[in-house]
Amino acid sequence: MTTAFDANQVQPPKPWYRRGDVLTVLIAFALGYAFLLFGVDESTRFRTRLNPDPDLTFDWMYFWHMVPLMWRGLLATVKATVYGFTIAIFLGLVFALLRRSKLRPVSWPTAFVIEFIRSTPILVQLYFLHALIRTWDWYSPATITILAIGLGIHYATYCSEAYRAGINSVDKGQWEASTALNLGPVSKWTKVILPQAIPNVLPALGNYLVAAMKDAPLGIAVNATGILFFANAIRGGDFRAVEPYMLMGVGFLIASLPAAWLVRRLERKITYERT
Amino acid sequence: MDGLLLEANQYRLLRDGAWVTLQILGLAFVLGVVLSLVVGVGRLSERRWVRGIALVYVEFFRGISSIVLLFIVAIAIPILLGVSQASILMLGSLALGANMGGYGAEIVRGSIQAIPKGQSEASIALNLSNTQRLRYVVLPQALRIILPPFGNLTIEILKGTALVSLVGLADITQAGNFIRQQQLFGDAGTDRTILFLNILVIYFVLAQIINGLFRLAEWRLEKRFSGGEHLTPLDLPEATK
Repeated sequence: MTTAFDANQVQPPKPWYRRGDVLTVLIAFALGYAFLLFGVDESTRFRTRLNPDPDLTFDWMYFWHMVPLMWRGLLATVKATVYGFTIAIFLGLVFALLRRSKLRPVSWPTAFVIEFIRSTPILVQLYFLHALIRTWDWYSPATITILAIGLGIHYATYCSEAYRAGINSVDKGQWEASTALNLGPVSKWTKVILPQAIPNVLPALGNYLVAAMKDAPLGIAVNATGILFFANAIRGGDFRAVEPYMLMGVGFLIASLPAAWLVRRLERKITYERT
Repeated sequence: MDGLLLEANQYRLLRDGAWVTLQILGLAFVLGVVLSLVVGVGRLSERRWVRGIALVYVEFFRGISSIVLLFIVAIAIPILLGVSQASILMLGSLALGANMGGYGAEIVRGSIQAIPKGQSEASIALNLSNTQRLRYVVLPQALRIILPPFGNLTIEILKGTALVSLVGLADITQAGNFIRQQQLFGDAGTDRTILFLNILVIYFVLAQIINGLFRLAEWRLEKRFSGGEHLTPLDLPEATK
């Protein structure tokens, strides 16, 4: 560690597309997205091939042989989550910007809508959305799309609060500097404010992604397939409740604990890079 | 405006449902607060195994979704253990309360850690026992930090109570489903969208009431902390009486 400043030793920060750690994450994301788009079986038929032993309250053979079915349900749940959250990320930003608007006729209704959606249960919102969409003649989406839209709108309100905090955390001098440089509103937001606000928001968004995954099994409210749909279908078909529900719990933890762990790692990494 | 309202007997059904929702909310809240305090303090215990158990509890109940937990607690476990499924209201509240405990424990832990260390050191210097330190010094100060996030958490639990309709409890949401079925078999009644919009408004009002109660509690607490008027030595005999 030399005390003198040596210009040759100081590396300029690499742009994001040349950073290995950022690229790995992005490529993993793209592959995962493509897999969810094409590789998920959305059929709602869940049939077991084995009859449970009626003398046992917990039949292990029966339990293990349901794992592939559970996996199919879990993938559908993850798919709905990811699509819903993609909607939430963009819609949340729109909500946050509208909420900040200086025009009161815009900002006050937005604030009310955000508060309303935040404080009502997503289950009832899904029922509502389902009933509403089914009254339209011009649009009849698949059930999993309805679930994704419902999740997206619900979590957009949470994301908008996160964005708002992130935008407010950008230093006041940055706003003044962009005014002083005579930047237009578009370049001010896209070149100055958002690039500084988004990294601060990422951990909060990650937490909401995990929370959205916990709400995604509620797709049964609109008859969308998923992990809870799987368990209910088995219960209806075989009249066995213990094994499918236990398997659902195990499968859920296997998916959500690593997700929560990744979010925590991201949080640490970002606080480390920021300071 | 008339088109947005339901009929009187439908509102009666929803009112009965609201009563069930409030019962579950109350039970889950009490259980959740107790569990958050116990587990939150346990997370900071000096004993390793207590910390370990508290950590496993928090990770499990935060990792699992409340709907998955509800189905396991209310349906799978009673069958597995051969317990009667009679009081599904209790079982549902148990699941929601345990879930709330997982989130609340982290809030309690964070707020206890936010109390300046000097407070604990001062209570050790004053020879207070561990329990006294927690009861009289740390927790009363932590309460100011705990209250606002606990308000949000309670609203999350209110939203969670809607899930019990899926295991067969007659809460507001289930009352809504019941009305919907009545409409299917009877002559065409109100629109389904209007029905669920009404239910959403009921939940919204309940959430605002909870919000208001917590604001009130925060305000009372702030008042207690800011103290009354400054006393002069002349007032002392009067005040200490």
